[in-house]
Amino acid sequence: MSKTYYNSEDLKKFGNITEFQEEMGKKFFDYYGSVFEEGALTAREKSLIALAVSHAIQCPYCIDAYSSDTMEKGCTEEEMMEAVHVAGAIRGGASLVHGVQMMNKVKDLSM
Amino acid sequence: MSIAVKEKKQSLQFRGDDLANVKTQLKILNGKEVIQKELPRFQEKLKAIDIFPLKPTQVDIFQMNLGKMCNQVCAHCHVDAGPDRKEIMTKETMQVCLDILAQYDVSTIDMTGGAPEMNPNFRWFVEEASKLGKKFIDRCNLTIILANPKYHDLPHFFKEHNIEVVSSLPHYSSKKTDSQRGDGVFDKSIKALQMLNEVGYGIEGTGLPLNLVYNPSGAFLPGSQETLEKQFKHKLRKDFGIEFNNLYAITNIPISRFLEYLLQSGNYEGYMEKLVDAYNPAAAQNVMCRNTLSISWDGYIYDCDFNQMLDLKVNAKSKHIKDFDFDELSNRDIVLGQHCFGCTAGAGSSCGGEVA
Ligand code: SF4
Ligand code: SF4
Repeated sequence: MSKTYYNSEDLKKFGNITEFQEEMGKKFFDYYGSVFEEGALTAREKSLIALAVSHAIQCPYCIDAYSSDTMEKGCTEEEMMEAVHVAGAIRGGASLVHGVQMMNKVKDLSM
Repeated sequence: MSIAVKEKKQSLQFRGDDLANVKTQLKILNGKEVIQKELPRFQEKLKAIDIFPLKPTQVDIFQMNLGKMCNQVCAHCHVDAGPDRKEIMTKETMQVCLDILAQYDVSTIDMTGGAPEMNPNFRWFVEEASKLGKKFIDRCNLTIILANPKYHDLPHFFKEHNIEVVSSLPHYSSKKTDSQRGDGVFDKSIKALQMLNEVGYGIEGTGLPLNLVYNPSGAFLPGSQETLEKQFKHKLRKDFGIEFNNLYAITNIPISRFLEYLLQSGNYEGYMEKLVDAYNPAAAQNVMCRNTLSISWDGYIYDCDFNQMLDLKVNAKSKHIKDFDFDELSNRDIVLGQHCFGCTAGAGSSCGGEVA
């Protein structure tokens, strides 16, 4: 085992998950490949969404991969940071909207 | 950490940098000085698909490097060009090239540099070469058109001689372009593109091709050429009213000033691994050295402009244009090295963009 839970070198070994379960791993990677192809959304748009989601789920591997991928697709730094703000806004909003629940409870319990 | 490639004011050679010595570069690229772990060798990759030794398919493009002098000092320049470089092709050397071109069935003349237009005999050469009726390309850095009033008429001059213009524009954002090519380069490039559009370059129906070159401003690979082209077309039209024909996505080859950047930024190992991991056998079949000869300012013959900058002369008896032997050169073994992985990553890379 490595001394830290995360090791950037492990990202390159992602494909090796098929070693322990080939069928499911293969299906996942095929699916993954299809998801990121040009479609109704461009591959570029999908990459920016992936970058935003990576930040929402705080996955260091995904942040590494999709920072490079968005750059390769010609995205600007402003576009990339705006995508991260979208993740931030949704995460912040998701907490704050629960404030309504808190307010409901407070109102229920108050005289 | 900045992803930007920092502008350098002078060439490696002028700064007396160790990397100006090609032996130092080759040692880094092919030895174990910087990367201790074993990376696959390029020639082993070609052996695996039965194309080693690599042979030309047909010598069809004659790429002439008219000199290392340039008005810019781009941070990624594989030529180590700049205003402080004085090496330029003489008229006599150009004449020998013209004689060769007249004699052999080579379809394309591709002029590069440095800034080829800075060669004092550039216009004379164009006048003479355009009589040969071949496809004629000028790799123009755009800013040269505005660098001095004597260059302002270049768009007209190109048009008059039916020259195809291929120009570098690393990005449609000024920040990315300037980080690679120097402060203010973006604005001047936009102005130059508008001047080229004005005389008809890049405009549908004029038959005057204006193609752009995209190369990444940092240690990453270019994405899909088609996607980038769409994005460039949309942005340049919307923001500046600029039209162009094709976008060529080109991978930065890890030599010269780009190698310097990779080493200084700690990206060298990661970049080489990226190139090796992205190796594509289909791209290997179509590398540009298979249909190109590259001529240096002093008349030596190379497999490509990159080998030229590493001083890896052709593996043939005719190493100089004065001993030009078309048949021998058409059958030579192409000289390869680890830098060649730059031509075979992903969709591949050549002076005309993707190859696979
Ligand atoms: S990349 Fe082109 S424009 Fe930039 S310094 Fe080199 S030769 Fe000049
Ligand atoms: S670097 Fe030159 S010799 Fe090597 S593959 Fe590319 S074009 Fe061919």
